[in-house]
Amino acid sequence: MNARPKVDRRGFLARGLAIASASLLGGCDSELSDQPWVKRILDSAESLTRVAQRTLVSPTALAREYSEADISKDFKANGSTDVDDDGYKARAANAFADWKLKIGGLVGQPLELSLAELRAMPSRTQITRHDCVEGWSCIGKWTGVPLKALLDKAELKPSARYLVFYCADDLGETGNDEGKYYESIGLTDALHPQTILAYEMNGAPLPIPHGAPLRLRVERQLGYKMAKYVMRIEAVDGIAGIRGGRGGFWEDRGYEWYAGI
Amino acid sequence: MTNADSPNEKREVIYRHSGPVRVTHWVNVVALLVLLMSGLQIFNAHPALYFGSKANFDDPVMAMRPMKHGEEIVGVTTLGGWNIDTTNLFGLAYAPDGDYDIRGFPWSVTLPGHRDLSTGRRWHFFFAWLFVINGLVYLIYSLASGHLSKDLAPSGRELKHIGASIGEHLRLRFPQGEEAKRYNVLQKLAYLVVVLVLLPLMLATGLAMSPGMDAGYPFLLEIFGGRQSARTIHFIAASGIVLFVVVHIVMVLISGVWNNLRSMITGRYAIKLPETQP
Repeated sequence: MNARPKVDRRGFLARGLAIASASLLGGCDSELSDQPWVKRILDSAESLTRVAQRTLVSPTALAREYSEADISKDFKANGSTDVDDDGYKARAANAFADWKLKIGGLVGQPLELSLAELRAMPSRTQITRHDCVEGWSCIGKWTGVPLKALLDKAELKPSARYLVFYCADDLGETGNDEGKYYESIGLTDALHPQTILAYEMNGAPLPIPHGAPLRLRVERQLGYKMAKYVMRIEAVDGIAGIRGGRGGFWEDRGYEWYAGI
Repeated sequence: MTNADSPNEKREVIYRHSGPVRVTHWVNVVALLVLLMSGLQIFNAHPALYFGSKANFDDPVMAMRPMKHGEEIVGVTTLGGWNIDTTNLFGLAYAPDGDYDIRGFPWSVTLPGHRDLSTGRRWHFFFAWLFVINGLVYLIYSLASGHLSKDLAPSGRELKHIGASIGEHLRLRFPQGEEAKRYNVLQKLAYLVVVLVLLPLMLATGLAMSPGMDAGYPFLLEIFGGRQSARTIHFIAASGIVLFVVVHIVMVLISGVWNNLRSMITGRYAIKLPETQP
C-alpha cells in the first residue's frame, strides 16, 4: 500500500557505512590512522574548527578569570620541568639577573631586555585556568608583560603574521637546537590583552618547573601553546620553513597548531 | 494467539523509515563509534574525572590507575570513594612476559589501538563535525517533516498506559498489527531522550571543554559547573549512549533482526497482522 520500491543507492551507502564501522571494530584502525589520505581528511577538521571558533568568538573575548580562592594548591608542571644546560643553570642560580630576552625578526627595533627591564614595563595580573591537552585543568595567578606592549616597543612590521617563541628546554632530547621546545601564535592571539609573558606565578618569581624566567600565557588555547623557558621571540611571515614546519614542538609531532579545543 | 509459524499468517509490508532518517541513522552509527573509541583514547591521556573548574588530583570522582597492593602493582578503578581491583581491565594490564602497561581503558576499545593522543584527537574532532552536521540535518528534517511530532512525541494516552507497555516489554511481547506501525511509548521516550538530551549534551559538554569557546560563551562553564564537571558529564552522557545502544541492539535482535535491519536500509518493514483482523 504505502510501501515504496527500495532505494538502492541509499541502501548501498548504508551498507558501506556499516562495513566501514565493522572494519574499524576489527582493529585495522592503527594502520588506517597511518594512511596519508586518512591523515589529510582528518586534518581538515582543524581548519574548520579554527575558522568556526574565530568566527564565533570575538578576537577580544577574554578567557574567564577566577578568584584567589580558586587557585590550585598543586599546579601540575608538565612537559619539561627543568633545563639541563650549564648556561641556564648558572643564570638560574643568579635569579636570571644577567639573562636577556631577545626579540627579533620582522621588527623595526630588535630588542634585548633584562628581567628587570621587563618588570619595569606595564604588567597584567590574571587568575586563569590552564587546560592541558591531556584533559586536566589547574588554576594559577600569572603576572607578566602583555606581549602587545613588547611588540609595540619592538615596532612589529605589518608583514609579520606569526610570533615564534624559542625555548631553552630540550624536550626532544636531541642534544641540539632541533629538539628544543618552540611554539608559534598568530596575531589574533599575540595582540590579545590576556596574552602575556609571565615572570611571576601565584605572587612569586616564576618557579623553574613552570618555565623560569619567562613563560608565555595564551589563555584561550591549550597548555602546550604556553611555551616555558622562553629565550627569544621572532616575528615571521610564515612558519613552514621553521623546524618541522608545523609551528611548534608538539605540532611537529602531530598535535594541532590551533589548540582552542 | 497468532502462531508465528502459521503458513497462512498475514503480513503487511509498510514503508517505515524515510530516506533522511535511514541515511542519518547510519552516518550516526559510524560517527558515534569513532567518537566513542577516539574519546576513550583521549580519556586515557588522563584517566581520571573531577567536578568543578579544576582537577583535584588527590580526590578524583573516578580514576583508573595503578596502585601498590603489598608487593604487587595492581590496576584500580576508583569510583565515589571505592577502590575496585580492575587489573588487566582498567588502570593497568600485564603482558604475558610479566611487563605491565599503565592505561585506563584497554587498547582494544580505543582509536588508534595504541597510545596516541594526537591521532585520537584528530579522529575525534573530524567525526565530531560529521556528527554535528548529520545531527542538524536530522533535526531540521524531523521538525520540517513532522517526524518528531508524529512519530516520536508520545500522546497523553500512551504516557498513561506506560505501565502496561513496560510489562509487555519485560515479557518480550511486541505489538502486532496496527500497533506495530508506530513506535511504542518506551521506544518513543528512549529515542527522544537520546536525540534531544544525550546527543546535544555531548556536543554542549564537548564545547565547554574548549578554552576558545569558553572565552566567547562563558555560560558553557556556568551551566555545567566548570570545565572538569563538563568533562565528567561528557563521560557520563557517553556512557548513557553506550547503554542505549546496547539495549537498542538487543531489542533489534529479539524483535526480528532482518526485518529491523531491512527497514533501516530500504525503509520496508513487515508487520504481522493478527488473524482476528480482516
